[in-house]
Amino acid sequence: MNWWHRLLHRNKMEEQLDKELQFHLEHHEAELISAGASPAEARRRARLTLGGPEQVKEECRGARGTLWIEDAWQDLRYALRTLRQKPGFAAVALLTLGLGIGATTLMFTLVNGVLLKPLPYPEPDQLVVVHGKTAEWNAELFGAQNVAYADFLDCQRASRSLDVAAVLFNGGTLSEPGEPEYVDFREISPELFSVLRIPLLHGRAFTPEEDKIGGSPVAILGYGFWQRHFAGSTDALGSSLTLDGKRYSIVGIAKEGFLLFGQEADLYTPVGQDSARFLRNRVAHPMRVVARLRPGSTLAQAQAEFSLLGRQLAEAYKDSNAGRTFVVQSFRPDVGDVRPILWLLLGAVGLVLLIACANVASLLLARAVSRERELAMRVALGATRGRLVRQCLTESAVLGLAGGALGVFVASFGVRPFVTFWPGALPRAEEVQFDWHVLLFAGAVSILSGLFFGLAPALRAPFKNLQQTLRAGMRSIAGGSRRLHGIFVISEIALAIILLVSAGMLGRTLLYLSSLDPGVDIHNVLVTRMALSPATLADPAKTRAAWKDVLGRARRLPGVQSIATVDTFPMREGDNEEAYSTTADMPPANKLPFALLTNASPDYLKVMGIPLRRGRFFDDHDDLTNTQVVVIDEVLAQNAFGKEDPVGKRLWIPEMGYASNVFEIIGVVGHVRQWGLGGDDQAKVRAQIYYPFSQLPDSLVRRWSELMSIAVRTGTSPLSLVAPLRGELKGASNDQVLYEVHTMEQLADDSLAQQRFLLLLFGIFAALALGLACIGIYGVLAYLTNRRIPEIGVRIALGARPADVIWLVLRQSLGMILVGVALGSAAALGAAQVLRNLVQGMQSTSAVAFAVTIPILVFAAMFASFLPARRASRLDPVTALRQD
Amino acid sequence: MNQKTDLPQGTLDLLILKIAALGPVHGYAIAQRLEQVSKYVVQVPQGSLYPALHRLENRGLLAGDWKETETGREAKFYRLTRKGRAELETEAASWERLTQAIGLILGLSDGGAE
Repeated sequence: MNWWHRLLHRNKMEEQLDKELQFHLEHHEAELISAGASPAEARRRARLTLGGPEQVKEECRGARGTLWIEDAWQDLRYALRTLRQKPGFAAVALLTLGLGIGATTLMFTLVNGVLLKPLPYPEPDQLVVVHGKTAEWNAELFGAQNVAYADFLDCQRASRSLDVAAVLFNGGTLSEPGEPEYVDFREISPELFSVLRIPLLHGRAFTPEEDKIGGSPVAILGYGFWQRHFAGSTDALGSSLTLDGKRYSIVGIAKEGFLLFGQEADLYTPVGQDSARFLRNRVAHPMRVVARLRPGSTLAQAQAEFSLLGRQLAEAYKDSNAGRTFVVQSFRPDVGDVRPILWLLLGAVGLVLLIACANVASLLLARAVSRERELAMRVALGATRGRLVRQCLTESAVLGLAGGALGVFVASFGVRPFVTFWPGALPRAEEVQFDWHVLLFAGAVSILSGLFFGLAPALRAPFKNLQQTLRAGMRSIAGGSRRLHGIFVISEIALAIILLVSAGMLGRTLLYLSSLDPGVDIHNVLVTRMALSPATLADPAKTRAAWKDVLGRARRLPGVQSIATVDTFPMREGDNEEAYSTTADMPPANKLPFALLTNASPDYLKVMGIPLRRGRFFDDHDDLTNTQVVVIDEVLAQNAFGKEDPVGKRLWIPEMGYASNVFEIIGVVGHVRQWGLGGDDQAKVRAQIYYPFSQLPDSLVRRWSELMSIAVRTGTSPLSLVAPLRGELKGASNDQVLYEVHTMEQLADDSLAQQRFLLLLFGIFAALALGLACIGIYGVLAYLTNRRIPEIGVRIALGARPADVIWLVLRQSLGMILVGVALGSAAALGAAQVLRNLVQGMQSTSAVAFAVTIPILVFAAMFASFLPARRASRLDPVTALRQD
Repeated sequence: MNQKTDLPQGTLDLLILKIAALGPVHGYAIAQRLEQVSKYVVQVPQGSLYPALHRLENRGLLAGDWKETETGREAKFYRLTRKGRAELETEAASWERLTQAIGLILGLSDGGAE
């Protein structure tokens, strides 16, 4: 018989054990009787020799080796029974825990999906990325540097340790099938899918022959694009599409949910076919390079190899590659600034969970104290201390796990809405799922919480002075638990203070940031990217004419007050940063200050409502035949010229790509919060330079036009003009599109979305914490006051007035509250520091945040303690004194 | 002889195994035999007899079967398993060695040297 067998046949075994001992006793008795003892005497002596039957049985059970399971089972049933007896207590405890564990689990689901899960490719730990590295490159400002296409090809050929592939981000206008639209596509090297080990859903990958200039134009569709345009039909294979005026035949379809660098592209084309000049030199670095370690090679080997390859290329191509080398890093998901925010939120819900645990612990403790006599009875009947502690812990583990189950339930429903609710798009949102990591986490948290709140009551199980406990009335044993209760109340208040003050500081920050002047008049402005007809882009003169035509047509639409072209505009992603100098003899490039460059047409100032401080803005005379001009903002004027008047002075901008890199400053305008209301003050680059589209050299017209936007000031609601604008601007060949349409109001609003989101969450957490802490204080004080009923009865009998009694109770709670507030405030200062490091535009710790939030808590806590106090003050002294 | 000593640690198991080796036997008979065999010298705490029996059964050294006694009552008879027999032999041998060694030491004459 093995142990589970014995466990299953428990009842039968009990029966047999009984029978066996009975047999023994009867035989012994019979023998004693035959030896001359009286039956009563025989029975007595037989029992005496054998010992207490229950103890013998218990020892026999222990010998079976299954006792602990039986005990656990017994404890479990006992726990469920006691919980059923007090449904109110059980409900409060379960709800509290369910909320705490649920919120924590939800946040962990996000952390797990976004931060902890590896990339969704097979064997992700073999994947690496290759970056370029030079001394001049300002990686802090611009991120990791990409790789020149020619360099990539050389490295791919030479590498022994890596299988290398490259990707170029691009966008273009699709003119058929369907209405013209802007598509987001990737030019890839043919190995990309095999390096990632992602098979295509249908069709095939590109062949090496197709990856050459003059190769037959082929494309692979992204899954979403395929669904939208071909309704998921495999007839798409072999049919064709027209992208930027070139016909491609479709050879493959990517799998559903295939993401690269966090995005699903609409189309993939072979990069080797692209004859663009920036792919044929080593000066431009457009390629993102991913690679897989070959079997047997390590990251260190790959790094060594690519350092060597970098040095060889630097030797061979001194002009372009001097000082340039490569860095090989593990391929990790890029989640931007979400990482600290997620950890911050997990920490905050962790605090809520701690409060919930403290709450349940004090409830349990109150119950444990009132059960003291029951426990003492159990000790008297032979329970060991370990056994009692185990019983108490079983109870709290049951509570913990039930709360955990409730929490998982809550979290499983909450996680999707929460992800949708995330401001902007949560990176890797598709990875946020319930999996066994999450369940494991929830289980561990539940059990740990159970142990945490169960331990104090369990260890209190009476063991000393048994008789005294058994004999004593209720009134004599309150002493020791008061201090423990105090600790729970104090920690609950301290934790609640941290969350309250954090929420207060976020609120103040949001108020402050919302009141800031964005530098532009955000009302009634529509901004949208625009793609010209691909046919016009080949010729700069045609392109210029096309833009002029766009502006002219749009201006004639009813409701349009003014319109301008602009390459980047405030509070939206995408910016152009260049180094500038106020003298001709420039220091090295990495010593120069940077400014944000904006290319605009003359009406831009009017559209955006940016104030002109000095001089003038561009007009139609600033063309290629006249002096190259720029307009600067107040920040640059202050940084570069101090109190001098900048108008008429000159700026040198070395990387502009113009024939001459010197520009005359013709005006100064107000500063615009390019980085959003929250982000601008701390931004690394704030100074701004505007330069006219009409002076853009021919060589740059195409590239600039591919990324151009238009900004429109409207007399009516901006979004109502989208359809008329689309219709008016679609061009003669019906292939000009508007995409990424926003209003400036939306963008300004979105720039505070993160702060608003955090405020909302911290507000919820703080409210939860406040509520829980009040329930906790109420419970503890109601309990402690109940304990003092006889004492209070005496006081009333001796002449204490109701106000005295209320004060007596309140004084007790006020002490705990004040200690909690003091500790919590100290901790909140630390939390404030964390917030300041993580949240854009976070205002420094202010007394206001404390001054507003702490009274809320003290008031709520006092109110919670007032209820039991008032009840005590209305006691009838006679009844009170009679109470045991 | 009225003076009784407690059983040395672990010897109860050995004695039970030895008794069971003589043939299937129930608990009460074991208790009686233990007292007879040890001629009332060894105090056998009956309370610890049954836990010991269950422990030995649990370890697979004894097997219990319910059978009728001569008097027609049902009782649990313990018999030695093969594993139990092997255990008995090694334990008995080691007991033998131990008592011999102790006997040797106790048999030494005082003073040691002539």
